Amino acid sequence: MKLATLVLQDGTVIEGQAFGAETDAVFELVFNTSMTGYQEILTDPSYRGQGVLFTVSHIGNVGINLEDDESAKPQVSAAVIRSLSPVVSNWRSALSLSDWLTQHGVPGISGVDTRWLTRKLRDGGTQKAALSTKGTSPEKLLAMARDWAGLDGRDMVKEVTCEESYRWVDDEGSKWVKPVTSDQLSVVSRQWSVVAYDFGIKENILRHLSSYGANVTVVPADTTADEVLAMKPDGVFLSNGPGDPAGLPYAVEAVSGLIESGVPMFGICLGHQLIGRALGADTHRLKFGHHGGNHPVQYLPNGEVLITAQNHNYCVTEGDLNKDEVEITYKSLNDDSLEGLRMKNKPVFSVQFHPESAPGPHDAHDIFGEFFKMIGGK
Amino acid sequence: MGFADSHIARILNSSFIIHHSSFRELRKSLGILPTFQRVDTCAAEFESQTPYLYSAYEMEDESRPTDKQKILILGGGPNRIGQGIEFDYCCCQAAFALSKMGYETIMYNCNPETVSTDYDTADRLYFEPLTLEHVLNVIDLEQPVGVIVQFGGQTPLNLAAGLEAAGVKILGTSPHAIQLSEDREEFAKLLKELDIPQPENGIARSIEEARVIAERIGYPVLVRPSFVLGGRAMALVESEPHLAGFIQSAIEAAPGQPILIDKFMEDAFEIDVDALADGERVVVGAIMQHIEEAGVHSGDAACVLPPYKVSAYHLGIMREYTEQLGLALGVRGLMNVQFALKDEVVCVLEVNPRASRTVPYASKATGLNLAYAAAQVMAGSSLESLGILEEPRVDGFFVKEAVLPFKKLSGSSSLLGPEMHSTGEVMGHASHFGHAFAKSQIAAGTGLPQSGTVLITVNDYDKSSGLKFARDLHRLGFKICATPGTAAFCQKANLPVEVVQKAQDGSTEIVDLIRAGKIQLVLNTPLGPHAHSDGAAIRSAAIAMNVPLLTTLSAAMAAVSAIQALNKKELKYRSLQSHFQSGDSSSAG
Repeated sequence: MKLATLVLQDGTVIEGQAFGAETDAVFELVFNTSMTGYQEILTDPSYRGQGVLFTVSHIGNVGINLEDDESAKPQVSAAVIRSLSPVVSNWRSALSLSDWLTQHGVPGISGVDTRWLTRKLRDGGTQKAALSTKGTSPEKLLAMARDWAGLDGRDMVKEVTCEESYRWVDDEGSKWVKPVTSDQLSVVSRQWSVVAYDFGIKENILRHLSSYGANVTVVPADTTADEVLAMKPDGVFLSNGPGDPAGLPYAVEAVSGLIESGVPMFGICLGHQLIGRALGADTHRLKFGHHGGNHPVQYLPNGEVLITAQNHNYCVTEGDLNKDEVEITYKSLNDDSLEGLRMKNKPVFSVQFHPESAPGPHDAHDIFGEFFKMIGGK
Repeated sequence: MGFADSHIARILNSSFIIHHSSFRELRKSLGILPTFQRVDTCAAEFESQTPYLYSAYEMEDESRPTDKQKILILGGGPNRIGQGIEFDYCCCQAAFALSKMGYETIMYNCNPETVSTDYDTADRLYFEPLTLEHVLNVIDLEQPVGVIVQFGGQTPLNLAAGLEAAGVKILGTSPHAIQLSEDREEFAKLLKELDIPQPENGIARSIEEARVIAERIGYPVLVRPSFVLGGRAMALVESEPHLAGFIQSAIEAAPGQPILIDKFMEDAFEIDVDALADGERVVVGAIMQHIEEAGVHSGDAACVLPPYKVSAYHLGIMREYTEQLGLALGVRGLMNVQFALKDEVVCVLEVNPRASRTVPYASKATGLNLAYAAAQVMAGSSLESLGILEEPRVDGFFVKEAVLPFKKLSGSSSLLGPEMHSTGEVMGHASHFGHAFAKSQIAAGTGLPQSGTVLITVNDYDKSSGLKFARDLHRLGFKICATPGTAAFCQKANLPVEVVQKAQDGSTEIVDLIRAGKIQLVLNTPLGPHAHSDGAAIRSAAIAMNVPLLTTLSAAMAAVSAIQALNKKELKYRSLQSHFQSGDSSSAG
């Protein structure tokens, strides 16, 4: 068994067993509390630049399959886990977690007291960290972590967005999206065309948009508002994505233009933060973020509570929003942070959490229906 | 990795000799100690304030023990037949009592589905396996002034000797006394010294020995291993050919332990006594008579408090024996004695120096909270200082009935025997025995009919008593249905009876009648191996149709007095709280 060394920017050195690729990596360390879905988490482009610590203790037991990807490859910089299953057992499994990470050059460390490390991140906040699975010294790793610029103010989106626009075609994973009911489909009067901004889009969002019969065109992050409007979409979708929204002035500008145009628009996660910034609000960093599959949010208009999947480190600053213009729709029941908003005089709304789940509970799936209702003017 | 000390010691043992207690010392000297983690809402994402703890071998301990005076209470582990929530009740009472006395209470159990492990019952909770290794780990960490093992049934009691050997102070009755009462051989000796009779018995360690003993004391015999829960592998053996199989399963249930073979006392009354003792004084808390004959497990038997068919003379003898045994064993806390009364002789069947499953029932009926008081005694109070000097008076009759799972577990045998089946219990109270019994039957799920047709099919032993049952019900206006043998007996006494064919003669008549809802009450007393399988179809049909089913004559006679009482006067009800407030039972029908 090869050794792995993880060093945090505060100088903490953690030794464990190496798995995945033999390399060095430097990243921001966050913890995810989901009980299932490590493949979806590892392939989620929103984790670009981050290493993920899984609080659930057994990872790797169902291997990696060909259907549950949220993007074409693992996006995380590193995986930090308690115990790597020595056995892979699942009817869909195509290869082992460790082999898959090796193929994509991502290192992992197991045998870590993840509960202790989670408490450290919980109490002290997210930290920069460096991991080596090839014997780099702790001193060198510490220097790497400290010298790394981190994610604040940086454009991480350009690393994950598509190069050219393309039309979404349902894939192997689409069969796992529950077909919409005829009742839900009744909001759709014809095949809507939707333009989806790819800031690092999770494929399950595209599968959900497509499940309403929509014709979805995915465009690169730097597409301007005019370019989008020239495509005459029925609705525009703003995707999730990695890093700090403050590092994306071009995207904020495009979103402002689209709001101005009056085109129906829906944003998730980073897309929500961009709408917030376009409306003049600042975004701020949360202490250790929300990463998991059991985050309760309340829909303020009727008090309904949804359990949601979440993955974000930044949050729209509620106090900056003009309440004449914007209605707060969702709040986190854990820390009262802003989780959703709707414009009062424009067909624009957004949520901070992930209604497409993947992985996570399905409570919020209907929010895609809300988007199509809005497009239909209902 | 979570391997037990004893397991590692066993692996090491193949190369060199190491005992698990010395392995424990070795592990501790190497600084390999468990850490305790808090159970929180989500993987440490939010800080946890509640001290629910579990152990793991990890980096950081989150337990933060206090330096208060504390007492550790061991629970009973998973609830199962024979070890149920009666013990949970006792653990709760102990936690309340000790907390009132100023101790920090620490509840230890591997079962979170209990009231004693609710966050507001004890001050701290450990969700850990009930094994010596894990209990000692918690004791090392918490340093309690003592440990209570009496309230969790057999499971923690089995740890008592090991804990004491490790230098832990066991509060209440000493492990030696517990051992003495559990070891059938030692216990027989003690009874002899005290000149207290017990049923003729012998101790066997092999099938051959068992055969000799059974021959000497005469069949039927009761076979039971030492140190088991809920009468597991206990059996009533009618004759020599059946003996070997039962002995084999008894040997398998408790390997290496002696097997006790008792003379089975047919038609004896069985009486349970729960008592408190502080080493100087023994106070009887409650005397309860089983409604079924001896041989039905005490957990399954319906019970009545106070006894309704035992003379004051015999009750006096039982009180005396209880006191002698309590003092001789040095009981500090609760004890339970089971007596059998047959042919004017009071015999002791067994003594358990711990909370018995009748404690909640007895406490609620008498108003004297036995478990609460016992915890106070174990923590050092005398019964005198608590003002508990005499047996509480019982107002009216309290009938406990077992709730049996036969309807839920289709295909299970519905016969009562020495192995426990019940999964719950209910209590009926009234100033008249019949009414109290009727209430208990309603609460247990079936109730009793006041009119209709009764099906009687009894074995030859029971024919004459069955006749009395038939006559009484006839007088109450019931139609009588009976199988040919029973019917012939009734006809001799000029009772009008309808004859139905037995199932073993290829007829489905009886089962069809029950299924068609034409039978409102069934009395079926089987005895002997043939009758057992013959009656099974009748009993399962009755259970499926929710027709009240009586399988013992004494239960049948109790049912008759209940039906008589119901016909005379309607049931009334009130809460236990108002019963104890008003201080008399005259208003409760």
